[in-house]
Amino acid sequence: MLIKLTGGTVYDPAHGINGKVMDIYARDGRIVERPRDGEKIDQEYNLAGKVVMAGAIDMHTHIGGGKVNIARTLLPEDHRGDPVPHSDLCRAGCGHAVPSTLTTGYRYAEMGYTAGFEPAVLPMNARQAHLEMGDTPIIDKGGYAMLGSDDLLLRMMAANKDQNAINDYVAWTIHASQAMGIKVVNAGGISAFKFNQRMLDLDEQNAYYKVTPREVLQRLSRAVHELGVPHPLHVHGNNLGVPGNVETTLNTIAGVEGYPLHLTHIQFHSYGTEGDRKFSSGAARIAEAINKNKNISADVGQILFGQTVTASGDNMSQFRNAGHATPNKWVCMDIECDAGCGVVPFKYKDQNFVNALQWAIGLEIFLLVDDPWRIFLTTDHPNGAPFTSYPHLIKLLMDKTFRNEMLSRISPDAQTMSTLASIDREYSLYEIAIMTRAGAAKLVGLHDRGHLGAGAAADITVYTDNADREKMFAKPDYVFKDGELVVRDGSVVKVTWGATHVVKPEFDRGIEKEIAKYFDTYHTVKMDHVKVTDQHIADDGRGHVQVQACEGRREKTA
Amino acid sequence: METFAQAGTMDSVTCPFCGLLCDDLSVERDVAGNLNVAKNGCHKSITFFSRAPQAPSPRVDGRTVELKDAVAKAAKILGNARHPLIAGLGTEVQGMRAVMSLADKAGAALDHMNSNGFMRNIQVVQNSGWQICTLTEVRNRVDLLVIVGTDVVSLFPRFFERVVWNRDSMFDQNTSAREVVYLGGRGIDTSAGVAPDGRKPDVLPCDPEHMPDVMAALRALLAGKKLHATEVGGIAVAELEKLAQRLQTAKYSVIAWAAGALNFPHAELTVQNITELVKTLNKTTRSSGLPLGGNEGEMNANQVSAWISGYPVRTSYARAYPEHDPYHFSTDHLLSSGEADAMLWVSSFNPDRVPPKTDLPTVVFGHAHMKLEQEPAVFIPVGTPGADHNGIMFRSDNVVSLPLDQLRDSALPSLGEVLTAIEQAL
Ligand code: SF4
Ligand SMILES: [Zn+2]
Repeated sequence: MLIKLTGGTVYDPAHGINGKVMDIYARDGRIVERPRDGEKIDQEYNLAGKVVMAGAIDMHTHIGGGKVNIARTLLPEDHRGDPVPHSDLCRAGCGHAVPSTLTTGYRYAEMGYTAGFEPAVLPMNARQAHLEMGDTPIIDKGGYAMLGSDDLLLRMMAANKDQNAINDYVAWTIHASQAMGIKVVNAGGISAFKFNQRMLDLDEQNAYYKVTPREVLQRLSRAVHELGVPHPLHVHGNNLGVPGNVETTLNTIAGVEGYPLHLTHIQFHSYGTEGDRKFSSGAARIAEAINKNKNISADVGQILFGQTVTASGDNMSQFRNAGHATPNKWVCMDIECDAGCGVVPFKYKDQNFVNALQWAIGLEIFLLVDDPWRIFLTTDHPNGAPFTSYPHLIKLLMDKTFRNEMLSRISPDAQTMSTLASIDREYSLYEIAIMTRAGAAKLVGLHDRGHLGAGAAADITVYTDNADREKMFAKPDYVFKDGELVVRDGSVVKVTWGATHVVKPEFDRGIEKEIAKYFDTYHTVKMDHVKVTDQHIADDGRGHVQVQACEGRREKTA
Repeated sequence: METFAQAGTMDSVTCPFCGLLCDDLSVERDVAGNLNVAKNGCHKSITFFSRAPQAPSPRVDGRTVELKDAVAKAAKILGNARHPLIAGLGTEVQGMRAVMSLADKAGAALDHMNSNGFMRNIQVVQNSGWQICTLTEVRNRVDLLVIVGTDVVSLFPRFFERVVWNRDSMFDQNTSAREVVYLGGRGIDTSAGVAPDGRKPDVLPCDPEHMPDVMAALRALLAGKKLHATEVGGIAVAELEKLAQRLQTAKYSVIAWAAGALNFPHAELTVQNITELVKTLNKTTRSSGLPLGGNEGEMNANQVSAWISGYPVRTSYARAYPEHDPYHFSTDHLLSSGEADAMLWVSSFNPDRVPPKTDLPTVVFGHAHMKLEQEPAVFIPVGTPGADHNGIMFRSDNVVSLPLDQLRDSALPSLGEVLTAIEQAL
C-alpha cells in the first residue's frame, strides 16, 4: 500500500523543514523517500495549501492507571454532562475532565494527536495502567514508572548501596512496568507523608530512612542517564503549589550536577511570595534557569479556567490541598509501600486571584523559555485542564491579540502581578511543531515518531491553515496513523490500535534474587507477579509492544 | 507452551476465590487435571481448586446442544430484548472487557452480584470521597486495627495471617504487639484477632441495627464533641472515648469494613461515618480506611466498567450512551420493575452463585459445576479463570491486579470467547 500526500506545506523540524511545499510518500505504514520505479500509487491526497506535520505527541497526560479510574468514579456528574453515544464505528463512553478510555483515544486522534504518555505508572499498579491504555484506541502510548518513595529504593539508599545496584533496580523496574522512563514525584515525600511528615524540602530528611529528596534526585537522574534511557528523569518537584516553591525548583535544577532532568508541570512549581497576598510569579527566574541549563527541560502544565479534577501520585500535596476540593470530595491513598495517590476535583476561576495568576504564570513560562526543544505543551491533563483544550492553548501562544484580550478578563489584581502583557512573542507553526512533535519525540525517546523523514512511522496530521489557530488545531482535515487514514474532517473514520512504546535497558539480572527475597519477606505479592508481560498489553489483538532503543549503558561512574 | 497433560506441582499460584488474591499457593495437578492445594491454602481455596475438571455440554431449553447453537440462541434472545440485563459478572478482566463490548452493542444494563454491598462504598466515594490504603501498607504499618461489623475471616480467610500477624515488617515494628479492636456486630468469631503471643483483641459488640449510632458517636467524639448519653447501642460511651483516644495516639491506624457485611438500611451512612472520621484523624496523625471486598470478581467488574463507560456498574447502555444509577440499574430493581426483558448471568468462579429467580428469558454463563433449580433458556458452561484459562484479577484494594494462570487442560471456552461469538452473531 503506497500513499502520496501531494503538495502540502510541510513543517518537520527534525529535518529543519519550515513550511516547504513538498510531497510525502508512505508505504505500508512507514514514510519512504520516493516510490520504487514503476510502483503504483494506491491513494493520493491533494494537500495544496494545507499544513502538514507529524502526528502530535502528548508527553505528559494522565490517561491510564488507578488514580485516573478513581477520578472517573469520583465524578459521575461531570460525565453526565458529556455523554458520548456509540456510532457505527466508535463505541460509547463519556468525556469532559476524565473521559472514558475509548473516548480518550478518539478525541486525541480527532485533534491530530497520535501518541500520549502516562507519566505516573506505579510499578504496583502498572498492569492496570497498561490495561486502560490498551482500551485507548488509535493513539500510541507508554508510561514512566514512578520511583522515589518506594521502600526498596529508599532502603537501598539508607544502606548506602552503590550506584550500580541502584541502576539495576531502576532498570528492573522499567522492565517490570513496561515503561519508557522513570518519574519521581515529590521525591521521598509520599513516603514521608506515611510517617506523618506534611512537607519535605529538598534537603529535609525522611523521618525513617534519613534520606533527602536531593539525594533521591541525584541517584535516580544518574541511574537513568547511565542506563542510557533516552528520556531524562521526569521530575514532579517537592512542594507543589506552595507559594515560594520557585526556590525549591531552582535548587532542584542546581542540585543534579548536570544530569538531564525533565521538570514536569513546572507552572505549579514557579510561585514566589511577593505582593500583598504573598503569591507571585516566579516564571522569569524559572525561564532564565531553563535557558541557562541545557540539561533541563520542562513541560508547563498550563491551567485553563473551568471544572476539572487533579489526579496525582503526590498524596502529601493533594491532602494539603484537599480543602479546596470543588465539589467537596476527594480521595487520598497510601499504596503498597510503593507510592500513593490523591484525587481532588478543582474548578479554576478567572476571577480568583491565585487561579488567574497561575494561568498567567504558565503562559509567561511558555513565552520566556527561548528553546522550544526544551519546553513542552501540556495542561498536565486533567490537572490543569482537560487535553481537549489544547487548541485553545495553542491559540494563546500563537496570537498575542487574543492572549491580551483573555488577559484583560482575568482578576485585575492578577493582571497587575503579571508581565504577560509586555511579552510580544508569538509562537510560529514551526515552533508549535517542535513542541508538540519533534521535540516531544526526542524527549520521550521515540526514534521513529514525531518526524517525517524516511523510515519514520507514517503518523501524519494535515490541517487547513486558519488565522484562528484554535479552529485550525481543533479539527484536522486528515490524520494518518501508521499510514492509515483514521480521521477525516475532525472525525474518526477508522479505529486502529496503536503501539505501546517501551525501553529495555540492560542490567544485571542477578538483582532479581534480592528483589524476589525482598518481596517474599515484606510484600503481599510475589516479585514475578508484579511484572507486566507483553501478553497483558497486547491481549485480544489490541496493539503491541514496540521497543525503542536505549543508546546503551553508559560508562559506570561508581 | 506448558503441557498440562502431566502431573506436577505449581508454585506461586494465585487464588481468585476471595479479594485477598493470595499468590503464594502451591497446587498439585494429577494427569486427569484434578487440582489439590498443597500449601498456603484456606478452606475456601481448597474448595475452589478441588472442583474436578468437567466440561458439560451447553444446553438450550434443557437439551444438550453444540456451543454454536447455544451461541446462536443466546444472540437471538439478546437481539430480541429491548433492555437486557447482564448481571452476576463473576469474571476476570478479559471477560469483563467482552461484557462491556457486548453491553454497548446490545444496549444492556450491567450489575454485579455483590453490588448491594459495593454500592454502599461507591455512594460514599461519589458523595465525599475517602482516605484509604492497600494491603501491603496494612502489613507493614498498622499499629491499631479497628474492624467494623465483621469477623473478616469468613469472607477473607487468610487476612490476619497475611497482613496483621506477619512476622517481618519493613519498619522494624513488633507486629505481635499490634492492637486489634472489633467494633459492632453480634456473636462475631474474634479468634483470628488473637495475637501470636495469646493477647486477646478488644471486642465492643452491638446489634447491627445500632451500628449507625455507634459509628456516629465515635465520629462525633473524634470531632471533639461531648456526648450526653452514657451508652450507645449497648456500648458504654467511656469505651468509645477510650477507643477515640487510642485512634488519636496511634501512629498508623487502619479501620476496616466489608460493605457486604453491613447489611442494614442506609449502611452507606455508616461507611461514611468511618471514612469521615479517618479524614479527621489525618489532621494530626496517620490513619487509613480499608474497604474489604473483591470477591467473585467484584473489582474487575467495577474497574473495567469505570474505564470503558466512565462509571462503575449499575450502568446501562439503553440509550446508546452509558448512564449510571446505583438504585435504578440494580438487578433487583430491573427484575422487579419489569424494565429488563432478558437476563444474562455470569458466574465463572463459583457454581453456588446461581441467578435470581425470574420469568425472563435467561442465559447463564456458569461454572461447570453449577446446578440450576430453574433451567434457563440457555446454559453455557465457561472455564474458570485461574484454573482452566489465564486472566487478570483485581484485589480487594482495587489497586493491585494479578495474573491468573491456567493450571490444567480444559475443553471449556472462556467467557470472553463466548461473548465475542455472541456479539458477532448479533
Ligand atoms: S484467603 Fe482468599 S485468596 Fe487467600 S487462599 Fe483463601 S480464598 Fe484464596
Ligand atoms: Zn502529571
